[in-house]
Amino acid sequence: MKNILKIAVLGVLGLFIQSCGNGGSSDEKSGAITSNAAERVYVAPGEHDEFYAFLSGGYSGNLTVYGLPSGRMLKEIPVFSQFATNGYGYSEETVPMLNTSYGFVPWGDAHHPDISQTNGELDGRWVFINENNTPRIARISLETFETEEIIEIPHSAGNHSSSFVTENTEYVVAGTRFSVPYPQKDMPINEMKGNFKGPLTFIAVGDDGRMNIDFQLKMPGFNYDLSHPGRGDSHGWFFFTTYNTEEAHTLQEVNASQNDKDFIAAVNWKKIQEYVENGGGEEIAAEYAHNVFDHSTQTATSTMEDKVLTVDPREVEGAVFFMPTPKSPHGCDVDPSGEYIVGNGKLSTDLTVHSFSKMITAIENEDYEGDAYGIPILNFESTLAGTVKEGGLGPLHTEFDGEGNAYTTFFISSEVVKWKLGTWEVLDRQPSYYSVGHNMIPGGNSRKPFGKYMISMNKITKDRFLPTGPELEHSAQLYDISGDKMELLLDFPTHGEPHYAAGIPADMIKSKSQKIYRLDENEHEYAATSESETKMVRDGNEVHVYMTTVRSHFSPDNLEGIKVGDKVFFHVTNLEQDFDVPHGFAMIGANTSELLIMPGQTKTITWEPKKEGVWPFYCTDFCSALHQEMQGYVRVSGQNSNVPLKWTLDDEEIN
Amino acid sequence: MKKSGILMVIGSALLLGLFIYPLWNIQLEAPQYPDPLGMNIYISGIQGEEEFDIQNIDGINHYIGMKKIPKPAEMWEFNVFPLVIGGMAGLGVLLGILGFFKVIGPNWFLGWLILMTVLGILGMMDFNNWLTDYGTDLDPKAIMKLTDSEGNPLSYKPPLFGSQKILNFTAHSYPKAGAYLMFAGMLLTLVAWWVGKKSPKGKS
Repeated sequence: MKNILKIAVLGVLGLFIQSCGNGGSSDEKSGAITSNAAERVYVAPGEHDEFYAFLSGGYSGNLTVYGLPSGRMLKEIPVFSQFATNGYGYSEETVPMLNTSYGFVPWGDAHHPDISQTNGELDGRWVFINENNTPRIARISLETFETEEIIEIPHSAGNHSSSFVTENTEYVVAGTRFSVPYPQKDMPINEMKGNFKGPLTFIAVGDDGRMNIDFQLKMPGFNYDLSHPGRGDSHGWFFFTTYNTEEAHTLQEVNASQNDKDFIAAVNWKKIQEYVENGGGEEIAAEYAHNVFDHSTQTATSTMEDKVLTVDPREVEGAVFFMPTPKSPHGCDVDPSGEYIVGNGKLSTDLTVHSFSKMITAIENEDYEGDAYGIPILNFESTLAGTVKEGGLGPLHTEFDGEGNAYTTFFISSEVVKWKLGTWEVLDRQPSYYSVGHNMIPGGNSRKPFGKYMISMNKITKDRFLPTGPELEHSAQLYDISGDKMELLLDFPTHGEPHYAAGIPADMIKSKSQKIYRLDENEHEYAATSESETKMVRDGNEVHVYMTTVRSHFSPDNLEGIKVGDKVFFHVTNLEQDFDVPHGFAMIGANTSELLIMPGQTKTITWEPKKEGVWPFYCTDFCSALHQEMQGYVRVSGQNSNVPLKWTLDDEEIN
Repeated sequence: MKKSGILMVIGSALLLGLFIYPLWNIQLEAPQYPDPLGMNIYISGIQGEEEFDIQNIDGINHYIGMKKIPKPAEMWEFNVFPLVIGGMAGLGVLLGILGFFKVIGPNWFLGWLILMTVLGILGMMDFNNWLTDYGTDLDPKAIMKLTDSEGNPLSYKPPLFGSQKILNFTAHSYPKAGAYLMFAGMLLTLVAWWVGKKSPKGKS
């Protein structure tokens, strides 16, 4: 054995620290940084990066956009979490985006971004991302870089083996990590085994991106951890790793780690699609929110759905098989050709690679070693293409460079390892700082990877940056993978906890990035598209203010007739049609957030004044030389006063 | 006279390019506008290079009290210029045809060119007057009232021709395709006159 693995067991339940003593990489703490690394990540002032990288924010609930190779953060896109910076999840228009069957959920755990594909290649239309905690899938436009749609996944829990797209974005899938009663019901927890289910949900994506749940596959109650689609010859199949095939309901740390092998579930979704098209499946009750942001009205609507089509996998001949895969596999990765399906057995040193063509032969020969709840288990040896031996310890995820190489992250031994498809030999290893989770090569899980850079997203930061107290941002590392050996070029901090990322060459999308919203296409119900349309309207104790912003004033900027106890809706339209001229809106004592309004946009925030007085509001974005002057006053009178509504600009009434 | 007449027809017809292409272009470049704001001046009105350029130029100019860029109806020039250009082109073509059939001599062509040159100079003077008015007739309530070292209000007049720095902007003012076609056309009419003059009577 080349590697000398020293495993130190710390604490009662085994936290692994491992060092890998094969000739040198681990004792050079700074890695193999070549002298010109700085030049290779340097993007001169005013120049653009070569790639966009979309990093999930994990528990931030959002998606961050980075440029590669510089590692500069370009934007945070709010998805599943309220974002006071621009009012997402606070503004009247966007509150419906965070609606669920559990009511308004202001936070989410965002995991796996995936860029839409055509013919198995990135097409740059949308990024999808899943929310693990309250199961949801979001779709983000790569023209506006805004969340356009969020669909809740009913009957699911721990929406983790998600949100990966099929070769032509026919489907985005959402698996279940925490199996649950299906449908939910009151029952003893310790009767889980055999009674819980792990539904896999297939969401159809329309040409306009619109998502709709097509069917839900009622799978045995294992934990469906990660997934990836087949491509090329294996297009039409989807592969899911499972763990806890023990179906343990407590102390899973131990009890779910007993079986030597769990499974990769191979799902022939084309067969099931055909089955449901021909009337197969059963419609069952479900409660889930479907939230859509309409760019013309700039307003989201939330619709509650009440049904979902469920399919028993045993009723569709030849649709679902299990491939035994050692050691609680985590990542489930399919190589660019679609032939190899990699199971990253996270409790071992080895990687198990299945062959798609061998799998098909095994299915044809009914080469089964048993079944699990009526689903055939294929013979382990019959689907096995090879094993990557002694790659490291604790493999999690694998990406591909399109040159026949694979790159796997090893969490416990804290390294990324390059190996060769087909020969399974380890070619190179580089340390990561520290305990890498995911890695990402732009297009690295598609038919056409762009194998120039790889980033690792690390779970532990420790001393990599200036210390900032006990709580740290996570670290990422950029490697140049264009040569035989990986070269570590750059460390950069990330926001939240990135669980995965998706990258795309900048040239594929940057010219489509929208600069403004057109005012003449603004169909917001409360928009004022010119100052002459600004007004105040009272409806009981609700007052709607139709307000505009332009450098450097509000219209109106003096408002009277508002009373204590009113609910004031500020509908603020930014009249600018110039790139990057947002205006902000902040109202003293508002219990919501500010607004940041892009040119041509209308956003609404509410304010419930509690005290009489004259209260200022102002623009929060340094919009112009006269930004400091961009302010106004609201007069608030007593509840029983009869001060009439009056709105003026420069002491002139507007009408 | 045949060749000369044809040249005259072509030369004066090139004026019609002004109905398609802009006469002049003014671009405003600033640190904040790496893609300059630009306006194309046509004989019938002023248009933004990009859809919202005029609106954005007006928005910026209001800080220093400049008037908005005029709409076609607000300047008589945009009604008269098309008539003058159309009329001169028609007249030139007519003269060319008459010359072709030897009804008139080449000096008529020269006469046309002189008239056109006079009109052109008058047009440029008028354009320059407008630029001066646009750059100096400022709103007394302007937000920023800037003065030069001698205490006189700054002029924001863009140059008639060339590039000039105005506060944070650099204004570039140059002719565009319409003007080049017009100049080429006028040159052709000069050639027409010269060819007509040189040719033995009735041969060319």
